[in-house]
Amino acid sequence: MERHIDKELEKVRESIVRMGTLVEEAVGKACGSFQKRDIAMAQEVIKGDGEINTAEMAIDKEIFEFLALKQPVATDLRFLFSVQKMNKDLERIGDHAVNIAQSAVNYISLGVQYTGGQHIVVMMGIARQMLAEALTSFIKNDSQLALKVLEQDDQVDDLNSGVTRDIIDMVKKDSATIESALEIIRISKNLERVADLSTNIAEDVIFNTKARDVKHHHVDDTSADRHVDRLS
Amino acid sequence: MTETTHYTKRTTDEKRTEEKERPAPKITVKAMNFFYGPVQTLFNISMDILPRHVTAFIGPSGCGKSTFLRILNRMNDIIENTRVEGDVRIDGIDIYGKNIDVVALRKRVGMIFQKSNPFPKSIYENIAYGPRIQGITSRQRLDEIVELCLKKAALWDEVKDVLNKSALALSGGQQQRLCIARALAVEPEIILMDEPASALDPISTAKIEELIFELKKMYTIVIVTHNMQQAARVSDYTAFFYLGNLIEYDTTAAIFTSPSKKQTEEYVTGRFG
Repeated sequence: MERHIDKELEKVRESIVRMGTLVEEAVGKACGSFQKRDIAMAQEVIKGDGEINTAEMAIDKEIFEFLALKQPVATDLRFLFSVQKMNKDLERIGDHAVNIAQSAVNYISLGVQYTGGQHIVVMMGIARQMLAEALTSFIKNDSQLALKVLEQDDQVDDLNSGVTRDIIDMVKKDSATIESALEIIRISKNLERVADLSTNIAEDVIFNTKARDVKHHHVDDTSADRHVDRLS
Repeated sequence: MTETTHYTKRTTDEKRTEEKERPAPKITVKAMNFFYGPVQTLFNISMDILPRHVTAFIGPSGCGKSTFLRILNRMNDIIENTRVEGDVRIDGIDIYGKNIDVVALRKRVGMIFQKSNPFPKSIYENIAYGPRIQGITSRQRLDEIVELCLKKAALWDEVKDVLNKSALALSGGQQQRLCIARALAVEPEIILMDEPASALDPISTAKIEELIFELKKMYTIVIVTHNMQQAARVSDYTAFFYLGNLIEYDTTAAIFTSPSKKQTEEYVTGRFG
């Protein structure tokens, strides 16, 4: 039977996808502002955070009213529960994008050319990819893609350590780079959080599609429900 | 409608904006009191009911919600010794005025009851009866009306091949939809529903609720229900009654997320009633 609430659920879905697009753009621009040394781009990210915050509140309101008025159960309830959590995580990713942009502005203003290793750039690429794939897994209800996101989190953690080593080497060579080094460290920490929050989104997708809670399990843990063959 | 950016209590400005954006009311009730003989059962009720919206009346048993519903099409007139004071208007016309044709009123304001009451006739004749009384004799025209109304009531596909079957042979849910189709046949503007799904199984209830969503595009609907969750699901506005008083009347979203009155909060959360 066709249900009128399906249209309302679709509106919620569209809202969170739009939110995801805004946040993905913010992260992309924040990283781009650092790589291209573009202060104007960084400032766009900082100004754009208000729109993300407004979107978060609007989605919270939609879900709150839906839960109060429509008494969703089963798949509908899992969907709304997942979206509510995604909403919060996306808003936090938006905040981290702002932090990255602010660090980019500070870094560019110092006028120092980056002479460290490429770990920070690789980390940017992977964090952005994880976010993109987490959002795609939601749009396509693809739990396998969501799993792939979860499996990349350790890589980002390793890259974070790599950035720290790069920075130490950079400062050892030239102690005058300490201020710019601190901004790189900040960017790295925020990218690590973007990756963590992207894995949260992936976990929510798995909960939504498979009704399995895979939080707090390590990928290598064979008892975890995380593995593909256990998600059927 | 202006989007609010928070979902706790609306500010005064937000309420003012909502009021400005509302269409003119279809039904207005001002300072209405109702009496069964010397006993007053409704006290100083004032409310506006909007066109092409669903307004739900909720409240504990005996609070006066069904009595108030029957005020709107003068069905209480058939009960001896009742009296209405105050002002009840549809499209600005006082329906308790001296020159009001009550039969015509009840054609404009249809009613669906808790227990479905199809005529002991065929499905076809149930729908055609009203238009025939109004003077429509053309078989082709009656066929069109029957098909249209059964489609509007989401019943056509189930009965189109058995229109000559007795209406009493239909299931409870089908009979109720037939009663809705019958009400639609005389082209009402307002449909009053007194607990239309309380006697039905969950699937039939869901069908009636889906139907209400479709019907509100064309008709003003007022529904009495003792099922708060149903009121939350189907209505745009909700009025909470208690002991003959209108305690709170607001958007359904406000009533079920952040009611203004403590009594309303206690009722919708199940703390009393």
